[in-house]
Amino acid sequence: MSLARTLSPLIRAVRSPMGAAAGLWVLLIVALAILAPVVAPYAYDAQSLPDSFQPPSAAHWLGTDEFGRDLLTRLIYGARTSLSVSVTSIALSVFAGMVLGAAAGYVGGAFDRAVTIVVDLSWSFPEILIALILVAIIGPGVTGTMVAIGVAYLAQFTRLTRAQILALRSETYIEAARSLGAGGGFILFRHLLPNALAPVLVAGMLATGDAIILEATLGFFGLGAQPPLPSWGSMMSSGSALLFKAPWIIILPGLAVAITVVAINLFGDALIRALDIKTRLREA
Amino acid sequence: MLLSVRDLSIRFGPVEPVSGLSFDLDRGQIIGLVGESGSGKSLTAMAVAGLLPLVGGRIAEGRILFDGTDLARLPEAGLRAYRGRRIGVVTQNPMTALDPAQRIGEQVEVVARLHRGLSRQEAHQATIELLTALRIPEAGAICDAYPHQLSGGMKQRIVIAMALAGEPDLLIADEPTTALDVTVQAQIIHLLGQLVRERGLGLMLITHDMGVVAQVCDQVAVLYAGRLAETRDAPGLFAHPRHPYTAALIDCIPREGMAPGSLTGIPGAVPSAASYSTGCRFHDRCPRMLDRCRTEVPPLVARPEGGSLACHNPMGPT
Amino acid sequence: MLSYLIRRLLLLVPVFLAVSAVIFLILHLIPGDPVDNLLRVGSSPAQRAEIEARYGLDRPLVVQYGIWLGDVLRGDLGTSIVTRRPVSQLIGLALPESLKLGGFALLLSSVGGILLGVIAARMRDRWPDRLIMGGVLLGSTLPSFWIGLLLILLFSVQLGWFPVSGARGWDSLVLPVITIGIGGIALVARVTRVAMIDTAGRDFVLLLHAKGLPPERILWRHVLRHAMIPVVTILALRIGWVLGGAVTVEYVFARPGLGSTLIKALNQHDYPVVQACLLMLAIAVLLGTLLGDILQAAMDPRIRESIA
Repeated sequence: MSLARTLSPLIRAVRSPMGAAAGLWVLLIVALAILAPVVAPYAYDAQSLPDSFQPPSAAHWLGTDEFGRDLLTRLIYGARTSLSVSVTSIALSVFAGMVLGAAAGYVGGAFDRAVTIVVDLSWSFPEILIALILVAIIGPGVTGTMVAIGVAYLAQFTRLTRAQILALRSETYIEAARSLGAGGGFILFRHLLPNALAPVLVAGMLATGDAIILEATLGFFGLGAQPPLPSWGSMMSSGSALLFKAPWIIILPGLAVAITVVAINLFGDALIRALDIKTRLREA
Repeated sequence: MLLSVRDLSIRFGPVEPVSGLSFDLDRGQIIGLVGESGSGKSLTAMAVAGLLPLVGGRIAEGRILFDGTDLARLPEAGLRAYRGRRIGVVTQNPMTALDPAQRIGEQVEVVARLHRGLSRQEAHQATIELLTALRIPEAGAICDAYPHQLSGGMKQRIVIAMALAGEPDLLIADEPTTALDVTVQAQIIHLLGQLVRERGLGLMLITHDMGVVAQVCDQVAVLYAGRLAETRDAPGLFAHPRHPYTAALIDCIPREGMAPGSLTGIPGAVPSAASYSTGCRFHDRCPRMLDRCRTEVPPLVARPEGGSLACHNPMGPT
Repeated sequence: MLSYLIRRLLLLVPVFLAVSAVIFLILHLIPGDPVDNLLRVGSSPAQRAEIEARYGLDRPLVVQYGIWLGDVLRGDLGTSIVTRRPVSQLIGLALPESLKLGGFALLLSSVGGILLGVIAARMRDRWPDRLIMGGVLLGSTLPSFWIGLLLILLFSVQLGWFPVSGARGWDSLVLPVITIGIGGIALVARVTRVAMIDTAGRDFVLLLHAKGLPPERILWRHVLRHAMIPVVTILALRIGWVLGGAVTVEYVFARPGLGSTLIKALNQHDYPVVQACLLMLAIAVLLGTLLGDILQAAMDPRIRESIA
């Protein structure tokens, strides 16, 4: 795929004002997450008890928490944790799902049936439950959360990839390649997977939004990133005890989650329209 | 005159798939609207049935005089008094025309109850009679069946029954036989012809099949790419087609004694409404094209022998 | 229909076996010795031996699973490691609470979602549609625990209309039901809208208009009826999801129920309770899919026939 072909849907996606605004927000959050140590005004674990529960001021733009830590700083570092956890876990999930789905769709037979049964079964269970079980087995923390979220979404990508491969398999150019004597591996990697890629990647992007929520939920249960490392979820977890005293501690990270997830969804929708893959996403 | 369409133009947003269409239809008569797919014949049917807004189109110009009332100017609520009650519609694909979750009987009865004010029982009785008249065996049992339990030909009879249940004056049949087996096609066409004669209905028959037209139609209007090519009484048209397109369509009818496979199709395809060319829209497929056909739209002119013609270089005189 | 029901139920048996096997295996997948995981710290060797004998922990896995499944089917879900009470007792207290919450949430999701979906489909691409779809996007992307906390902040703390937490009166149910319902309404509204628009474009609907039926009647009696087939399927599939979503909401509102019991047991490493809660949720999911299939068959005569 040439660079121009890869970029053109992105350019078309940001042509609508909604898509552009959403894309801009996602870009901003990603930049903040990457540059957190540079842009954050304080250290995320710098406590200062005399400054606790401060309302927004010139020194602390968004105020401080119960330990006097700067909330803006913690939000920026929270973005770093939340985004890296959800992006990593979805990347793992997409990769594993594509391998499994492609294998199932391409090999077929008993292997395909076995994969389908397991995938269908786990698909009807809420992701949060699957993630909770895995966190219970692996133990809380960043790694546990990543694996848990990754496995929770595995079914979705396996299903989607498998459906794409099955749909593409019967198309004429694949038949043509086969009749020309192309080997199975060649067809799979050269033709099937690249064509199945766009819908799976867009689904992966949308799932990253869901993963941010899932990470926040696990964090809220105290099962995600462990203190003092902030994530949006763990910030809300500690904030929930202070709901009545300092509601902004919980409202701010919640807003960050909400706006980011909405932006990811809007941008994803714009991308789906630009790539014209709506029906292919719905098939699965 | 039962139906008189004058200078009808249909628009979908910026495109105008049908322009300047005119034709007349009397009671007890059948007019065939003929053309390949994309000629605008189905849209014309929708416009007369008052269904155009439902598919996103609108009547841009012209009149549809039905029994003296201009349907083109009626609002949606006013049209409803005509739909089903005075104008019945038979659609192309009987497989998808019936509500799959409702029993056949109810689907026909509702029309009689709604438009003729019959009670449930009277409507049921009337439905049985109607189905029997349409030569549907065991009408009572059929009424209790669901659509998927019937054959295609039987379903199309049910669709015709629905169209007739309101005792309309005008029947619009859009390719009523395309989706059916050849033997069933003939039965349905025969049935429609009989209904027109017996009940004094006007029938607007939309088809791409000149063979069907030859069987039952009294009048013919040939459409090409949203414009009239030629209109005339059926015998005259078949005897002396003057528009090259009409002649080509007639040549498509399979005849006895013809070598199998020698069916002459018309090379090329109807242009889409978004890309109509200048001049006569048929010029790039026409064997008799002149230079002016490329630039000048041929006007629709009345002919001394009846009907009208839009061609710069018509075929042999009559 | 009856034979279909029986066959459909029989089909659930292998699925149930598979799911229960996975849940059974949790005990062996967690780090550490299963016996230790079933014992409190500081238990005597005698207690250890008793546990080993009770679960057959020295025998092959398949036999252990058989013993466990046999117990479960007899209603013996084991003993809670923390409270030392029978797990079935705990479940007996938690399940009705979850069912109550889940039932009302499902009711709100279906009624609200279908209504909004129909309105959005009818007003397609006009402002009510855009407004509803905007709300749907928000409703499906906001974390439910956060919505719950904000609702508490507004309605319990500021306005004092509802209790902050607990499950004493009916009024304590309102905010949790709304919290789950917001996500549910968003989901159902989206599916309903798409299904309505799809159905409205089908041939037979055009013909219903041609028959002169009033548009309202076509909408409610024909289009909605067909559009409901995918909606009901989604709803039934999401019964487990609603109960699972209840996990978070029960925790936020400190309500008793399967979800809060599960979270507590997870934190306390009380594995018999974890297994029992998961089993209950799994059964709910399986029954949900069964219900979905049955309702589908009831609504569509073609499906009804193909299975008769």
